[in-house]
Amino acid sequence: MTNAQKNKVIDKGFQVIGIVCTFFGLVILAILIYNILEEGLTRIDWDFMKNLPSRRPQKAGIYTAVMGTLWVLVLTTLIAFPVAVGAGIYLEEYAKKNKLASLLEINIANLAGVPSIIYGLLGLEIFVRIFGLGGSVLAGSLTLSLLILPIIIVATREAIKAVPSSIKDASMALGASKWQTIWNQTLPAAIGGILTGVILAISRAIGETAPLIVVGALAYVPFAPSSPMDEFTVMPIQIFNWVSRPQHAFSVNAAAAIIVLLLITFIMNGIAVYFRNKWQKKVKW
Amino acid sequence: MSKKTSQISKIILGVAIIFGLVSCGGNTEQADKKIGEEKVLSGNIKIDGSSTVYPITEAIAEEFRAVAPEVKVTVGVSGTGGGFKKFARNETAISDASRPIKDKEKAACEENGIGYVQLEVAYDGLAVLVNPENDWVDHLTVEELKEIWEPSAQGVVMKWSQIRDGFPDEEIHLFGPGVASGTYDYFTKAINGKEGASRGDYTASEDDNVLVQGISTDKYGLGFFGLAYYEENQDKLKLVGVDGGEGVILPTQATVADGTYQPLSRPIFIYVNDKAAEREEVVAFVEFYLELVPEIAQEVGYIALPATEYAKQVEKFKAFIPKK
Repeated sequence: MTNAQKNKVIDKGFQVIGIVCTFFGLVILAILIYNILEEGLTRIDWDFMKNLPSRRPQKAGIYTAVMGTLWVLVLTTLIAFPVAVGAGIYLEEYAKKNKLASLLEINIANLAGVPSIIYGLLGLEIFVRIFGLGGSVLAGSLTLSLLILPIIIVATREAIKAVPSSIKDASMALGASKWQTIWNQTLPAAIGGILTGVILAISRAIGETAPLIVVGALAYVPFAPSSPMDEFTVMPIQIFNWVSRPQHAFSVNAAAAIIVLLLITFIMNGIAVYFRNKWQKKVKW
Repeated sequence: MSKKTSQISKIILGVAIIFGLVSCGGNTEQADKKIGEEKVLSGNIKIDGSSTVYPITEAIAEEFRAVAPEVKVTVGVSGTGGGFKKFARNETAISDASRPIKDKEKAACEENGIGYVQLEVAYDGLAVLVNPENDWVDHLTVEELKEIWEPSAQGVVMKWSQIRDGFPDEEIHLFGPGVASGTYDYFTKAINGKEGASRGDYTASEDDNVLVQGISTDKYGLGFFGLAYYEENQDKLKLVGVDGGEGVILPTQATVADGTYQPLSRPIFIYVNDKAAEREEVVAFVEFYLELVPEIAQEVGYIALPATEYAKQVEKFKAFIPKK
């Protein structure tokens, strides 16, 4: 075998390994989804969506959990988005490249790797106890906001970095102030990347259980929150609760709730993707 | 370009408005409403604590809605210890507990001026289980269980044959609840004599269904968990009798209720805060709880106390209600 032939075989081999790796994840995902759909799909009906939690698996529903999840998600996004984008803009556009800036950078990168339960403990002490918010939707949302801040900040910075400096220079050269340049040129061009970060962040937040349990999300809440100060539960907690019950009918409920949770994630992501595409197309220089 | 800008500012404005609106709504603690002469109970009852007691409390809260729809009962699952922490801070009215309150927790309650009453609500039995294909074990003594589970057994007792002569020379695979659960605390105290002391090389899961799965697919498996999980999976598991010195006893509704299944059966409790007991809706809820729990406990897989015991708990609570 000549060297060239050998290289070809290695080439081919690596391609195959690559394909296997790609499909490995996909197959696992497919099996998971199939499993869940098979077990839970028949359980989903209107009653399941609008019933309150119950000890009788047939009567139990996810209304309060879905409402809690939606409340938490919307509030979390509203809190985290402006703060994170503001921080991203500061770090990328205003901060001088000195020791302080690099210290901030390292810490934000570290924050992204902190286990979520730690955020729960932080939220319990600061929001629940010191701010006196109790186990409320607002306390849970603030805690999750902290959790997803680093993700959005990093995404914002990357997106801003990707905006060509020639555009910014041109804007400045035409007499625009720094803020005018950021607001009129940089942000519109970067919004697609920023929203991608927001999508990732929301998808992470929607599945979080541990920090919310620590903050005081409950397992049995027979009413939907009507204000940010109300007590709440979220879908992962309801699912976990059902999975750990001895009766099999509850694990069917859990599967059905997982389907609903996946749907909510897809819809939220879909909305964000829609906005991203819509705004990205508009930017033309 | 200006179009883009206005779009972004519109969104930010919208976000700000929504945020402003939602933050205006405050928590409204409802007072008792009077409709005509009849008083309609209302208010909030916050309950937290053990996940073992949770199914009972959840079921009772669910039934209570039919009686007093205006009372908002919420139940959390912070675990017995986590529940007592909140209880001692006066954050909850009732605490679910799968063990009696500890001295440290008592001290915390006293410090904050919180009085309470302990009410037994049901029994929970711990079952020791093996695979149905296991034909050599029908009972184990408490000493044998200790030999298997004590801390010094780690890495030493690895085969069935080490436990009793005649057992096969095969590896033993152990399954049990995770160290954070009250069930683990209870088992280690009852078998090894010290709470939290056990070998670490066993398959641990907080989810008892994982343990059921593990034992039911492993011929050489052995594990323990709440009796309720055995009752739902009788076809997949084999129950092992336990000899606590007075003969082999299988855990059943009867042997747990009359206390002959020892040492692996325990009472489970609720604790009621004395300030909360000044509120009518809390009193109504606890009375409703004690009235309904014999039936509910069975339904969700626990074992009811004897009727005389419940009568005692009702008396105990009556004596506890602060006089106005």
